Amino acid sequence: MTRFIVGRVLGLIPTLLVIVTLSFFVIRLAPGSPFTTERGVPKEVVEELQAHYGFDRPFQEQLFNYLANLASGNLGLSTKYPQRTVNEIIAAGFPPTLLIGSFALLWALLFGVSAGIIGAMRQNTVFDYGAMSLAMVGISLPTFVLGPLLALVFGLTLYVLPPAGWGAARHVVLPAVTLGTVYAAYVARLTRGGMLEVVRADFVRTARAKGLSEQLIIWRHMLRGGLLPVVTFLGPAIANILVGSVVVEKIFAVPGIGPYFVDAAFNRDYFLVMGIVVVYSAFLLVMNLIVDVLYGFLDPRVRYT
Amino acid sequence: MNAHLFPQPVARNRSESYWAIVRRQFWKRRLNRAACAVIALLFAVGLLADFVASDLPILLSLEGETYVFPNLLRPPELRRWDNTLLLEEMGENDWAVMPPVPWGYNSHDLSSVLSPPGPGHVLGTDSEGRDVLSRVVHGTRVSLAVGVLSVVVVVLIGVVLGSVAAYFGGAFDLLLMRLVEVVHALPTILLLVTILSVVMLSGWASVVGMMLVIGLVGWTGVARLTRGEILKVKTMEYVEAARALGYSHLRIVARHILPNSISPVLVSATFAMAAAILIESALSFLGFGISPDMASWGGLLSDGRKHADAWWLAVFPGAAIFVTVTVYNMAGEGLRDAIDPRLKV
Repeated sequence: MTRFIVGRVLGLIPTLLVIVTLSFFVIRLAPGSPFTTERGVPKEVVEELQAHYGFDRPFQEQLFNYLANLASGNLGLSTKYPQRTVNEIIAAGFPPTLLIGSFALLWALLFGVSAGIIGAMRQNTVFDYGAMSLAMVGISLPTFVLGPLLALVFGLTLYVLPPAGWGAARHVVLPAVTLGTVYAAYVARLTRGGMLEVVRADFVRTARAKGLSEQLIIWRHMLRGGLLPVVTFLGPAIANILVGSVVVEKIFAVPGIGPYFVDAAFNRDYFLVMGIVVVYSAFLLVMNLIVDVLYGFLDPRVRYT
Repeated sequence: MNAHLFPQPVARNRSESYWAIVRRQFWKRRLNRAACAVIALLFAVGLLADFVASDLPILLSLEGETYVFPNLLRPPELRRWDNTLLLEEMGENDWAVMPPVPWGYNSHDLSSVLSPPGPGHVLGTDSEGRDVLSRVVHGTRVSLAVGVLSVVVVVLIGVVLGSVAAYFGGAFDLLLMRLVEVVHALPTILLLVTILSVVMLSGWASVVGMMLVIGLVGWTGVARLTRGEILKVKTMEYVEAARALGYSHLRIVARHILPNSISPVLVSATFAMAAAILIESALSFLGFGISPDMASWGGLLSDGRKHADAWWLAVFPGAAIFVTVTVYNMAGEGLRDAIDPRLKV
């Protein structure tokens, strides 16, 4: 077990290295530079700036420098916000993103797992069809359609929730629901499928024969096996929620990582774009690893080799 | 006499082929048929977009000269600032057959900017006075083009790499699966935004660029699936037989292995279509996708975000995206259930 985890963590390093190198190439080999503006900055100034950020060095040296800085946790300087380092910008933008992401996940699990249980326990009834039709709608409703609609209905027509902005607890609701609905729909389906697999299993019959209450059977016995597909899905889902929040933050004007990233890409803020891609990729890889480990706890049949 | 001891006569002497079973299972469900009908309709609208919505007539007789399909050919002498000018110029003997929606996706009706749905513009206009219905119709073409072409790229790369990895195994397999892992770990939207912000294209080039980029990032699922299926089939006796006959690797893979392992890929391709359309709309929504001179649903939505009161800019393209994605997901699920309900695609 320990060997498995250590091995996988060490395996992350080469993967991350390839990702960093790859995105470095994509960003840096492109035409244009962060200092090309319509106003025509004097050539000397541009050269000065290039030297300041090290863009005048040979390409391999730049890549090497970047990797060396990365190893010590330094993500470089932003060209769009000259007074701030990339680390500071990411540190400032991450909390709102993380907050919305967590609540989106919470909403996805709460709604998804309960809808899935209802669907499986009342299979082929109105409840089942209702829950699964809702899930079908949820899966096909992208955030950039759902978000403006929710803002329109709850923010601009009913005046219950703020249509955009940040600062109060009320501001979290609409972005989190928008972001989490697709995942709620997937979780509902996976929970239903997983529960249906165990509903006729021997251990469930045994639990019934022991005279346990239906609630106890569902929560203690069935969910443990029934949630396995959900757990597998959670790794990629957490990562996608994080990345997907770029769009949601844009819709609801949330000062998270998203708006910074879009701005940075428009302005060719090399190090900021790189930094966000690197941080997100690392997050994604770690999440997948955690899910793999968690899987072993839930399903003792899984062997680590 | 014990009749059951003797072989019973079979109703049909020719057994039903695999694909015939799949087809029968698929068509049996009404939901699948409905989804296919809507997909056919979307393709019809996409292909015939110029006949559904255009600023130029389908047939025109102007000053003794007859124009056939000026909406497609767009002869320069007929182009006007907007379609009303052309119709005003027409004399008594001139006549024209206009498309049902007499607005082009780029004709600016500056007398009604951001007007709500009404008789002149059935679904209203956007912030530059362009007809929303016309842009939704032409957006269908763009989203279908992006969807179809990126799925072709996804399937091509995925099937080829997946087959090579599974068939030859060893170092190939190890290398390609590492590549899959790396590409899979890339945050898709972020990478797409990065690439597209670097190569800002316009017109149809932006559509092609978008489809290539979506394809290049999205093939990992298909590669994994193909690899898994081929690993299952590879050790079968008929593959060994083909090898014993001295067939080339290419022939064995293409003629003997792939036909028996491609069906899950088909399901995955249907879902990939929905995903590609979603990604295109998301990127256009963020402003990195299709250039603004092309009609795209995501672009309309992003215009709607800037003008919150104009609900028609959010509702109609949103509905178009929703319906399209739903029918592709439904068709994919129907196909999966018809092939094998236990498939994990």
